[in-house]
Amino acid sequence: MTTIFGVPTQALFGQLLIGLINGAFYAMLSLGLSVIFGLLNIINFTHGAQYMMGAFVAYFLLQWAGLGYWWALLIAPVVVGITGIVLERTTLKRLYQLDHLYGLLLTFGFALIIQGLFRHEYGSSGLPYPMPAQLGGGRNLGFMFLPNYRAWVIVFSLAVCLATWYVIERTRLGAYLRAATENPSLVQAFGINVPRMITLTYGFGVGLAALAGVLAAPIYQVNPLMGADLIIVVFAVVVIGGLGSIMGSIVTGFALGVIEGFTKVFYPEASNTVIFVIMALVLLVRPAGLFGRAS
Amino acid sequence: MTTTTGDDTAATAVGSVTPLPTHQVVAFAVMVAALVAAPFFVYPVFLMKALCFALFACAFNLLIGYVGLLSFGHAAFLGAAGYGAAHSAKAWGFPPELAILFGTAVAAGLGVVIGALAIRSKGIYFANITLAFAQMAYFFSLQAAFTGGEDGIQSVPRGTLLNVLDLTQTLTLYFVVLAIFLGGFLLIYRAIHSPFGQVLKAIRENEPRAISLGYRAERYKLVAFVLSATFSGLAGATKALVFQLASLTDVHWTMSGEVVLMTLLGGLGTVFGPVVGAFIVVTLENYLAQLGAWVTVVQGVIFVVCVLTFRRGVVGELGNRFKKSL
Repeated sequence: MTTIFGVPTQALFGQLLIGLINGAFYAMLSLGLSVIFGLLNIINFTHGAQYMMGAFVAYFLLQWAGLGYWWALLIAPVVVGITGIVLERTTLKRLYQLDHLYGLLLTFGFALIIQGLFRHEYGSSGLPYPMPAQLGGGRNLGFMFLPNYRAWVIVFSLAVCLATWYVIERTRLGAYLRAATENPSLVQAFGINVPRMITLTYGFGVGLAALAGVLAAPIYQVNPLMGADLIIVVFAVVVIGGLGSIMGSIVTGFALGVIEGFTKVFYPEASNTVIFVIMALVLLVRPAGLFGRAS
Repeated sequence: MTTTTGDDTAATAVGSVTPLPTHQVVAFAVMVAALVAAPFFVYPVFLMKALCFALFACAFNLLIGYVGLLSFGHAAFLGAAGYGAAHSAKAWGFPPELAILFGTAVAAGLGVVIGALAIRSKGIYFANITLAFAQMAYFFSLQAAFTGGEDGIQSVPRGTLLNVLDLTQTLTLYFVVLAIFLGGFLLIYRAIHSPFGQVLKAIRENEPRAISLGYRAERYKLVAFVLSATFSGLAGATKALVFQLASLTDVHWTMSGEVVLMTLLGGLGTVFGPVVGAFIVVTLENYLAQLGAWVTVVQGVIFVVCVLTFRRGVVGELGNRFKKSL
């Protein structure tokens, strides 16, 4: 068996794959957080709960309506996105003129409520969600075995991230969005409905979280607390990448997933903390994050 | 949020010490009287739990209420001090006074390290960064050998305080905890109402201006952060001796959320708010404990209601009604 630095390649590539998968989720979630932060200036603490809701909607669709994975991929983000829009319209928008910390506290409260309700109803143990039949099995790449579903998650989330980046950085809609981030009142003066844009942006960010939840359902189980601890790691990812930076979230998301994976191989004890250690180091050198601009 | 220092203190300049407002003295006397009488009517261990959390919330309030920094990682200090006190009492045979001191020192040291790194940022960044550091503390506690992982450090000896007071007697322990709480409360009050506290408020209201007046804002903030961490540690160390247990619960980020909840509910930046908030939250949890996940739901609802309609908190609203700062 071949080894690199004394580690069997099989284990190395296995962890690389796991790292890429985790990185895909980090990237999608931190992307949503970044988009929301850019326009609303709030850290959406409910993000982890909304990721979990995405997975649960997929589960409900299968149980109650018999609609499988592909439908869930389409419907769940829309459904959860709409709940996000309702949340924004009824509560969040009242806080925009206050200290941004109130937005954090409010979304934290919603996260507690949502996770508490789901935990009350479904307990803390996971519910299984079947893998789509088309993506079962895997292929042997010679140096490792690659399950098809995992390859799909990486490719699909990368595509979603890049598409989001393209829309925000390269289209007219994205230009409005970026302009509103810089100066909302001026953009409004040009006749663009900024409050509606804010609402839809929140809905979109929440939808991204739900989409990540559907992708995660067949890999991890559908669990009321699946987003609770993950979101803390994603917060660190966002801080490293620089809040509000779109490309920064995508790159750091994947990179940190891979780094975490490798840490599991070479120094397993540190695998849970490596992201937080990197965050501390990055903050020492660049307080605004790797891709962030100092405000 | 402008500072409402009350009519008695409105004319006081930064640098001079404010006289004690009568209504605060009365409120303090009422609180002490109630707490001295309480263990004869209410289960003392429950009261001690509430007192530890009240001190924790007061320490947290020092930072959010007077410097305007929301830390989402204060569980690290509570938990680290708990482990420090429990380990030193159980493994090294420290007497309770030294165990509590050691635990508090651990939290203070951690406060210096985390504070020095976190204080450079503000607002949401600060909240995120403290949260991440607390997670590091959590995973460290989960993996380190002496913390006992998921089990925690159990059956910590309470010992004899200064070789005189037998802390295995619940009522004796209660009055020791009460003394620790009152001592911490008064020290925090003193810090807030000192020239140092006035500078902190100046930094909260307008940091560039405070700097232009020659105050080293970073240092003031760091000192406030370390003070807050130290008193959180005092609460954590005491709590470990009361329950004879140091566990992961106290380091987990949900605990950081809980102290935010207590302070927000009682009233951010009020003197008595954190105490009232802590008693309400601990009482609620006590009654809802058998309902499992509903505790979380109720906590979430309180957060949402407070933020949307009730931002001054219970004590803040009372103070506003009577036009006094409590």
